Amino acid sequence: MNLYTEPWWELFGYEFMREALVVGVVVAAMAAVLSCFLILKGWSLMGDAVSHAVLPGIVLASMLGLPLAVGAFVAGLGCAVASGFVKRHSRLKEDTVLGVIFTGMFGLGLVLYSKAPTVLHLDHILFGNILGVSRAQVWQTSLIGVGVLSVVLARRRDLLLLCFDERHARALALPATALHYLLLSVLALVIVVSLQAVGLLLVVAMLITPGATARLWTDSFDWMLVVAVVVAVVSSVSGILISYYVSGSTAACVVLVQAAIFLLSLMGWRLRAWRFRGARRVP
Amino acid sequence: MTTSFHDLTRGLRLEVSGLGVVYANGHRALSGASFSLTGGTICGLVGPNGSGKSTLFKSMMGFVRPSAGVVTINGGPVREALKAQVVAYVPQAEEVDWDFPVSVWDVVLMGRYGSMNFLRRARLADRLAVEESLRRVSLWEFRDRQIGELSGGQKKRVFLARALAQGGRLILLDEPFTGVDVQTEEAIIILLRELRTSGCIIVVSTHNLGSVPEFCDQAVLLNKTVLACGPTASVFTEQNLTAAFGGVLRHFHFERSTIQSHDGRSVKIMTDDERPLVFGKDGHLEYKDREGRESLIDERRRRETEAER
Repeated sequence: MNLYTEPWWELFGYEFMREALVVGVVVAAMAAVLSCFLILKGWSLMGDAVSHAVLPGIVLASMLGLPLAVGAFVAGLGCAVASGFVKRHSRLKEDTVLGVIFTGMFGLGLVLYSKAPTVLHLDHILFGNILGVSRAQVWQTSLIGVGVLSVVLARRRDLLLLCFDERHARALALPATALHYLLLSVLALVIVVSLQAVGLLLVVAMLITPGATARLWTDSFDWMLVVAVVVAVVSSVSGILISYYVSGSTAACVVLVQAAIFLLSLMGWRLRAWRFRGARRVP
Repeated sequence: MTTSFHDLTRGLRLEVSGLGVVYANGHRALSGASFSLTGGTICGLVGPNGSGKSTLFKSMMGFVRPSAGVVTINGGPVREALKAQVVAYVPQAEEVDWDFPVSVWDVVLMGRYGSMNFLRRARLADRLAVEESLRRVSLWEFRDRQIGELSGGQKKRVFLARALAQGGRLILLDEPFTGVDVQTEEAIIILLRELRTSGCIIVVSTHNLGSVPEFCDQAVLLNKTVLACGPTASVFTEQNLTAAFGGVLRHFHFERSTIQSHDGRSVKIMTDDERPLVFGKDGHLEYKDREGRESLIDERRRRETEAER
């Protein structure tokens, strides 16, 4: 039997494929919803930073025998909180501080990894290993996914206001600080559960591209959420299937499909902007 | 609790006493700033860049913790006033992301979030408040537009409508007239006057020195502290403005020969690159506004002759 000529629907017969698809879809949906908030808040770099910063947390957790996800979550959130603190107490801009802290933490993680007797595979952390997920991980990802999606979608109006005009949120006596940390915690959580699927280098794409693509399609935030999730899920499923046929890195294929959809959307948007030029200002 | 607070706002009172603010990075933005306002009034907040105008705004909204002194609204802490939806903030246009995927309706509805339920689902009362606010600023027809698709003057009015929908009584406006045509400026001023009549305190931070005496009853001159406060006519003197701005303002002094030598008048123009503030004889007061204020003019003349001696 030739692996590369099987029709794609037969791939669903493999259990590892079904599990990979479930994890891929859940991770894509979570990251897509979050990406809409991140790009509007100007936090694209924050996803990059937090994802790199989780490395020392993972290595330390494995050395101490703790669940890896706990170490990763603490380290990721720690990076975001620390850079907020340094920014407030210095004259530096947030992206500068963030850049120093996350690269520092990533470096620390690499050094710890080379010195520590752990059973971790560095390339699984960096690039993910979605075809090797365990049944427990499928459950863990799905439960966290449902939790994250329901919290974020239920509070989406407040979170959107936080991204749009934080001062107004504070003037209305909304819990702006709590919402800020809610968004950060959700970001750290999504990165932690996405590590298995796409790895910490490419999770950044999952946290930016779907939202950016959706923004090109619509001026309504609710529709933006819908489009982002659809784009992310389609990319995830087709990326996983494509990677099977080309024997390529799964995460890379997913990200490539996302980038391709973004490019097509961008071209479509330019075309529309050109056709309606003068009739209506296009953002 | 909310209702009792609104009853109290009949005589809304803002008090800033001995306010000092030092930021975490060591920057001292304000010290010993004191003034008080009672509704309804329109108060201009004037001072050069970095004079602490935005810090003062932040203190009135409870964003910064004072290192000294206190801000009270109706005698209570700012936090309680915020909870009662008393404080509304109209941001500077430059601070708004106009590409944000929200419509005019969405933005004005955001004014209601503080009094909406947990999920922020709009009820009939909220929708009516939004509609009324939009009609008041003549933006009802534009409610479905993405905010970036509006003209400069319309953009300003969206955020004013948000403050109306919120029902704020202490309304803080940050540079409402920058980049706005005269017609919009007029419309905004008319609206502010209506709000004043209903007992609101309106604090306007502005660079537009020329427009302050026109529509502000009171003025606060700021430069790291409150240099002068009170009725605009007594605060807006050449002396006070020079003290507040130092050399920042452009001075154009026209000698007699520049104007008309025959009747011995001279004109001085001071501007912060906005509409100029014109000092003629007897200080700043346009001739059309002089009626009924003879005592003020006499007072100024008396002081001037005293100073000359």
